[in-house]
Amino acid sequence: MNEETVEGLSLEPERYELHAEEEQHWEAARREFFGSVRGGIVVVLALDQVPATRASGAGRRGGPGVSLPQEIGVWLHIGEDGRVTGYTGKVEVGQGVRTSLTQAIADELPVPLASVRLVMGDTDLSPFDGGTSGSRTSPVVAPQLRKAAAAAREILLDLAARRAKAERASLFLEDGKVVQRGTGREFPLAELAAGQRLLKAVGDDVPTKPATAWQFADAPVPRVNGRAIVTGGHRYTSDVRRPGMLHGKVLRAPSANARRESLDTGAAGAMPGVALVVEDDFIGAAAPDELTAARAVEAIRVEWEAAGGQPSSREIFDYFKANAGEVPGSRGPTSHTAGSAAEGLSAASRVFEGTYTAAYIAHAPLEPRAAVAEWSGENGDGTLTVWTGTQRPFGVRGELAQAFGVSEDRVRVIVPDTGSGYGGKHTGEAAIEAARLAKGAGKPVKLVWTREEEFTWAYFRPAGVIDVRSGVDADGALTAWEFHNYNAGASGMRTLYDIPNQHVEFHPSRSPLRQGSYRALAATANHFARETHMDEVARAVGMDPLAFRKKHLGDARLRAVLDAAAERFGWGEALRRSPGHGFGIAGGHEKGSYVATCVEAAVDPAGGAVRIVRAVTAFECGAIINPDNLRNQVEGAVIMGIGGALFEGIAFQDGKILNARFSRYRVPRFSDVPVLETVLLDRKDLPSVGAGETPIVAIAPAVGNAVFDAIGVRLRSLPLAPNGAEPEPA
Amino acid sequence: MARITELDVNGSREKIDVDAERTLLSVLRDDLDLTGAKYGCGEARCGACVVLMDGRPVPACVTSAGSAAGAKITTVEGLEQDGQLHPLQEAFLEVGAMQCGYCTPGMIMAGVALLRDNPDPDEAEIVRTLEGNLCRCGAYPRIVAAVRRAAGMLRGGGAA
Repeated sequence: MNEETVEGLSLEPERYELHAEEEQHWEAARREFFGSVRGGIVVVLALDQVPATRASGAGRRGGPGVSLPQEIGVWLHIGEDGRVTGYTGKVEVGQGVRTSLTQAIADELPVPLASVRLVMGDTDLSPFDGGTSGSRTSPVVAPQLRKAAAAAREILLDLAARRAKAERASLFLEDGKVVQRGTGREFPLAELAAGQRLLKAVGDDVPTKPATAWQFADAPVPRVNGRAIVTGGHRYTSDVRRPGMLHGKVLRAPSANARRESLDTGAAGAMPGVALVVEDDFIGAAAPDELTAARAVEAIRVEWEAAGGQPSSREIFDYFKANAGEVPGSRGPTSHTAGSAAEGLSAASRVFEGTYTAAYIAHAPLEPRAAVAEWSGENGDGTLTVWTGTQRPFGVRGELAQAFGVSEDRVRVIVPDTGSGYGGKHTGEAAIEAARLAKGAGKPVKLVWTREEEFTWAYFRPAGVIDVRSGVDADGALTAWEFHNYNAGASGMRTLYDIPNQHVEFHPSRSPLRQGSYRALAATANHFARETHMDEVARAVGMDPLAFRKKHLGDARLRAVLDAAAERFGWGEALRRSPGHGFGIAGGHEKGSYVATCVEAAVDPAGGAVRIVRAVTAFECGAIINPDNLRNQVEGAVIMGIGGALFEGIAFQDGKILNARFSRYRVPRFSDVPVLETVLLDRKDLPSVGAGETPIVAIAPAVGNAVFDAIGVRLRSLPLAPNGAEPEPA
Repeated sequence: MARITELDVNGSREKIDVDAERTLLSVLRDDLDLTGAKYGCGEARCGACVVLMDGRPVPACVTSAGSAAGAKITTVEGLEQDGQLHPLQEAFLEVGAMQCGYCTPGMIMAGVALLRDNPDPDEAEIVRTLEGNLCRCGAYPRIVAAVRRAAGMLRGGGAA
């Protein structure tokens, strides 16, 4: 073994079997690894120089729902067949990370893409992970896999050097083989890994290829499991099938917080083949097919007492202000202050005020929540395996362990690549329900939520109300900015505009509906309020909205995307303007990336319906990993954002969701898509950050600003143009 | 209760024994393990469950097994012939017309039906015909491009 290599890599102390200096924990870890993978080479990326004695699987134990230190980042295995497998706790929900992470490994080693696979989101096989959210996969996991791959490359070169009795410097990796310069001798990975049982831990400081040397950077990499998707072969959770499996159905209350007064399960319990499960508030049935399970639940007689005094969607914004402040479970208000907003406002030559609102909206992933649960062992006393589409496999494992009073090492959560999430699949409701039914029925049970259940019992993007006050001096420069957000959430709340006196505050409030994560979180509402208000002030002081923004903008990255979008759009040039058409611009940043969108909107003079004619979005997220997938994400985010901008909003009254179907809750369809143009700025000098979320934040204010430009009407509520139930399909 | 004992799916007569009131979607997925067609809404408003019945696209989630008996049913699993994907499947891969892929089988089946009726649909006709199919990830522009591309392939000219 060439020691120089090891020093050059600044690795953790050697833990090769070759050196036979193992500590007990690594011995256990090796047994665990090689128990499932048999032989070959394993590289473990330990984070933050955690002492190796603590790193062995430690992140995989702990109490229910407890987030443990993420001591192991990723594992990489080179099998005796030469195949390379990366292990990560992240999941694929349509954002394309199975492809981009496969690509990172293949590129770094390098080996052909086809020889790399990824094990994702399996709590028995993957290292602990806090969840796939916050655009963290690209900036965190891709570099970790690259580091593990770089370390594996060095091991392979060492092994080949021994075998060839050659200088290591004469060897390089190409196309799945180590090749010797000069002689042309080849050592396939399979040959090098055969008969090995190597486990190596490396730290987080392994050098990797710079972005400028990435081989895939300019060539689109097709989706690695694309063929399975277009042939219907990919098994989503709802497609998983287990021997003897039953189909489940859960009895739901007619409205939120309703109390059960009486229960009669006689008729349902007498139905052949039906297993009824009644446990406290949980009532459900499992049967050989969905229809029988549904009929059984319908046959249960229940009387409910509705809960009174629940606010409706019409009065929700007053309710938020009236109930702001101390909210159980909230971390309390958060705020940012610079200078004195009050003094700035009183010294201003003009003051502007605006109130902006955002409705609750649903993620409406096309694959609703689903789970397949299977208990093994005596009387449901053994281990539990659950297939479910969630963005937090380890979190859901914790929820299951807690719900059933078993330790986490007896629960396995497996997340098949999932039919999207958008932040809406962080929780394990369906998993727990399926496991309850499976336990009661004594057989595996599949539970797929109906669309109505998904719209009613999942959680929503928070609604919120935002008050903005601003002041300008005699030159039209902003001198004061006050921003109060009630319930919408704090993400993306602070402004990048240079304003000397600021007070920005998030006021938590009570929410009558379950609320949680959404694509870009509250940044959608905060950008809507901020970028609409900026437009209002720009118009009032007689400035071009782009010029007004740039006048207050030192941040070069935000300026760059605004300029790029404006240039492609033709902003400020003599764009031909049809009657009823207008132009709007908005920009912002969140989670380390920057976006600007220019929109042309048309307003129907008769009914006031708003149509987006054209949308140009410029986006910058550091070094681009996969330009084609990035373009797909940016376009998809903008299209999803059109729904929240124009027509999505949950209507509710007396604890009931009034539009819990696609026929009553309109989401963007083919005909809603405008001419879309995307400009990607590639900053190879900056680390790559996630891109699935931020491109959604600018479309809504850009549309509202374009509507004002078109007809002089200022829209301050999301959705901007709800026009009732959607038309019948042709 | 009426029972259905046979369905003609992807060119093969499948022996089953199911309640005629069950949905075609459930029978395909749960009894025949053809899980390409997906549940998305249960009210024919999302298109995830579209299959062909005697060549016409139908939402399998609101089609009863009873009404499908005797018809020739084609699901996404039946498009591939002798290891050869349908041109529209190829086009979806080439264009990258998917994100999570959950809507893809329904999109492809609706698109296959369209291309049988009109081998050269323009963008407006594609949009009009696929309007009943939802893609929550927003891959719509690429799906339109994939249908156009497949049309070109079907006309024998390779890529459109």
